Amino acid sequence: MSSGVGLLSIVTFLPLVGVLAILLLCRGTGEDAIRNSRMAALWTSLATFVVSLFLWFRFDSGTADFQFVEHVEWLPEFNIAYRMGIDGISLFFVLLSTFLTPICILSSWTAVQVRVKEYMIAFLALETLMVGMFCALDLVVFYVFFEGVLIPMFLIIGVWGGERRIYAAFKFFLFTLLGSVLMLLALLAVYLEVGTTGIVQALAYSFPPDLQIWLWLAFFASFAVKIPMWPVHTWLPDAHVEAPTAGSVILAGVLLKMGGYGFLRFSLPMFPEASEFFTPLIFVLSCVAVIYTSLVALAQEDMKKLIAYSSVAHMGFVTIGIFTATNQGIAGAIFQMLSHGIVSAALFLCVGVVYDRLHTREIARYGGLVHRMPAYAAVFMVFTLASVGLPGTSGFVGEFLVLLGAFEVNTWVCFLAATGVILGAAYMLYLYRRVIFGKLERVELQAMLDLTPREIAVFAPLVVLVLWMGIYPSSFLDPIQVSVQNLVDQHLAAMNAAGESTAFAAKGH
Amino acid sequence: MDMNYAPAVPEIVLACLAMALLMAGVFGLERGRTVSWLSVVSLAVTLLLVLAGGTDRVVGLGGLFATGAFAVYVKVLVLLGSMFAIVMSLTFNERESLDRFEFPIVILFATLGMLMMVSANDLIALYLGLELQSLSLYVLAAFRRDTLRSSEAGLKYFVLGALSSGMLLYGCSMIYGFVGATGFDAIAAAVGNGGEPSLGLVVGMVFLLAGLCFKVSAAPFHMWTPDVYEGAPTPVTALFSVAPKIAALALFVRVLMEPFGDMADKWQQIIVVVAILSMAIGAFTAIAQENIKRLMAYSSIGHVGYALVGVATGTEEGVRAVLIYLAIYLFMNVGVFACILAMRQKGNAVENISDLAGFSRSRPLVAGIFAALMFSMAGIPPLAGFFGKFYVFMAAVNAGLVALAVFGVLASVVGCYYYLRIVKVMYFDDAGEDMDRPLPSEIGVVAGLSAAVVVLFVVVPWTITDFAGGAASTLFSG
Repeated sequence: MSSGVGLLSIVTFLPLVGVLAILLLCRGTGEDAIRNSRMAALWTSLATFVVSLFLWFRFDSGTADFQFVEHVEWLPEFNIAYRMGIDGISLFFVLLSTFLTPICILSSWTAVQVRVKEYMIAFLALETLMVGMFCALDLVVFYVFFEGVLIPMFLIIGVWGGERRIYAAFKFFLFTLLGSVLMLLALLAVYLEVGTTGIVQALAYSFPPDLQIWLWLAFFASFAVKIPMWPVHTWLPDAHVEAPTAGSVILAGVLLKMGGYGFLRFSLPMFPEASEFFTPLIFVLSCVAVIYTSLVALAQEDMKKLIAYSSVAHMGFVTIGIFTATNQGIAGAIFQMLSHGIVSAALFLCVGVVYDRLHTREIARYGGLVHRMPAYAAVFMVFTLASVGLPGTSGFVGEFLVLLGAFEVNTWVCFLAATGVILGAAYMLYLYRRVIFGKLERVELQAMLDLTPREIAVFAPLVVLVLWMGIYPSSFLDPIQVSVQNLVDQHLAAMNAAGESTAFAAKGH
Repeated sequence: MDMNYAPAVPEIVLACLAMALLMAGVFGLERGRTVSWLSVVSLAVTLLLVLAGGTDRVVGLGGLFATGAFAVYVKVLVLLGSMFAIVMSLTFNERESLDRFEFPIVILFATLGMLMMVSANDLIALYLGLELQSLSLYVLAAFRRDTLRSSEAGLKYFVLGALSSGMLLYGCSMIYGFVGATGFDAIAAAVGNGGEPSLGLVVGMVFLLAGLCFKVSAAPFHMWTPDVYEGAPTPVTALFSVAPKIAALALFVRVLMEPFGDMADKWQQIIVVVAILSMAIGAFTAIAQENIKRLMAYSSIGHVGYALVGVATGTEEGVRAVLIYLAIYLFMNVGVFACILAMRQKGNAVENISDLAGFSRSRPLVAGIFAALMFSMAGIPPLAGFFGKFYVFMAAVNAGLVALAVFGVLASVVGCYYYLRIVKVMYFDDAGEDMDRPLPSEIGVVAGLSAAVVVLFVVVPWTITDFAGGAASTLFSG
């Protein structure tokens, strides 16, 4: 195990350098200070992204071990240390976070005009916390990052949000906190059982089955709220609708993935027997989420709310995929999360584009935009189809793999999830038709301008990525593969061991 | 009888300095500011003497007085709290025409009482320290004699404080009656001799605990806190919320762990109930508060509840958690009160939460510090307040008090709401009246210092936890 500080810490804490730069160098409230803080934030986040690309290039796809491992003593008498490292599961989540942050900053270039400095600081701090969370290999470090995310997000929703922002910010904060504090106790219990807070050590430890049940439930409380699963998803539509565009992007793009990542990193490998025991529960909740929230999305009048509900439905696929505990299911779930991170982020940006021009998100106020905004219509179409899961886009690969995994385990789950795909096509295409097609009747729509160069710069990398992930998914699936295989093997081994010990116990009687 | 004065040198020096300053004030130094700074210097000298005394356990003054790593740790916190309170009072007192030289000197005597409490090794010494502290604090609460609320606060505090002292004394007398001694060591020997402790001893201990609960303002003995906090001048409230509370909690810990350490099964259930009640009352009652000092009163009740979770474990780990908690609590509270002292509009101090509207626009830096402190109070990582709770709950889970820990974390979510509300008013609400500029520099320094501690604790946690670990181990070595 290597020690000291390395590439992961640089990626994690580089944004904080930008925060310091903004705090110290961009003084005053004049135009210059505002422009400088925007520039500082953009360049810092771009630099972070470039550095994070080195993680990908230097990542060894042939091993399931944690790579770029760092270890710095922090609280030695408690055996709590600053441990960092990534494997195939976390690699792309780190990249997703560093990729979306500059896009967020660029997208709010003109949309945010008040307290620009604070806004940029909040986003950079958020980036540090997100990246740190995906890299953490220590339970306490993980929790610090996981929970710390609430502070900047609370401020982003509350300060720069819409009309009911205060309600939404409080709901977001208190919902997620309520889940997380229970996880904190479970983390403490894991620590006291294992004797260290190292995640690697905790993964290697086999917990007694009755303890597993409780710990699994406590972790579930946190991740289910975060991802979010039905019926604790109600904070998400509120938070999405009220958050500023970039806030929604980061919320849908990265923050929801923290729940899925948690299931993959903790629930499934640490508590295999409990996971097996609760799989039916997960399947039921996920199927309800897929079908119910799709139907709810169909009835929405607000664009952001519609996409928010679609997120819940897509996350239902993710939880199904994870708990199939099959190779395809888990790889599909990870891919689906990455794809959703790009696609839903892009969809929120699409809403942001028209919102900046017309200041409404009501679907009925739009129509016929294709006549005035052809480029916008094309971009929106790509992401709509990706969200529907059209082959050739990123959405297809994830959904297909998840359905494949589900089919192996339970055909009914597969069937119900597949109806979600159909409903997904219905509400997304219905949205697209109402906004883009039809006659351009309203006067205020006549004056709408097409995408600006800055907006094209925001969308171009997203379009490329969506198509790349859809046409050649191997560049993303290969690094994931070994870690997923390892996860599945471990799970099977644990289940076999558990089966043998119960059989042995039965024989003994 | 062995009269070893060495362990009490800091207290003796502080007493002499306080009396010398009193004379200087009466016969010459008219200005409160000079006396205040001299008082801060006296406290700093005492602090150095405490540190110089070393951390070995020494018993002196015929067994009445004991120091050790635990006492040193707590005394440092208490002295820091008093110093911060005096520094923060400088400008406030001048503006509110309270800058009389008696003010810092009474704080010195109160601090002396606290130091004696922390080192008490005998019920009589305990009572002497406690009363010296309490009487000084009654005076401080009523220091603004010409306003009704301050006088009311002083009187209320006095009457209820006298009642609690009565209970405490009654408990002491019962303990004496059933043990035949007042020294902690003798009580510990009597409790630890095996067999069921006599009912009278248990009743005495319960009365003693009730008195101490009053002093730390733990529910259900918390009734005085909101009124006194609200009525007292703000720097006095700042003092109340830190120094006496830390001293009393330390005394609480020592009384339970040293003389009554072998009766843990008897007192644990009491502490668990008191902790749950304090956390619940702190969390739910604060929601409805409009006055920020009142809010801080309920918040402090809640924080005492969390600290008592650590006490309830009765383990070394739990005591260490409490000590870490107290240090973090000290810096958070001092910082918050510095921010409250910065709340002035048109030359008048304002205390309503709604007055903070738009604070983040008129004073972005102070508002940022205030917000960081509020998130810390709410226990959100990576700020220091989280680690305070983290250690406490870790000790609780380790001691098997899982239900208590679950209740604690749930209460902390409820508590989060009202801390967030302050952030909301500062950042989300439309601007109200602007706050006065400029900020007195000493207030800015105190606020900045506490914010630095709260934010940077995560980077260098061992600066506090190591000392707390050493301090806690001394209570369990014997």
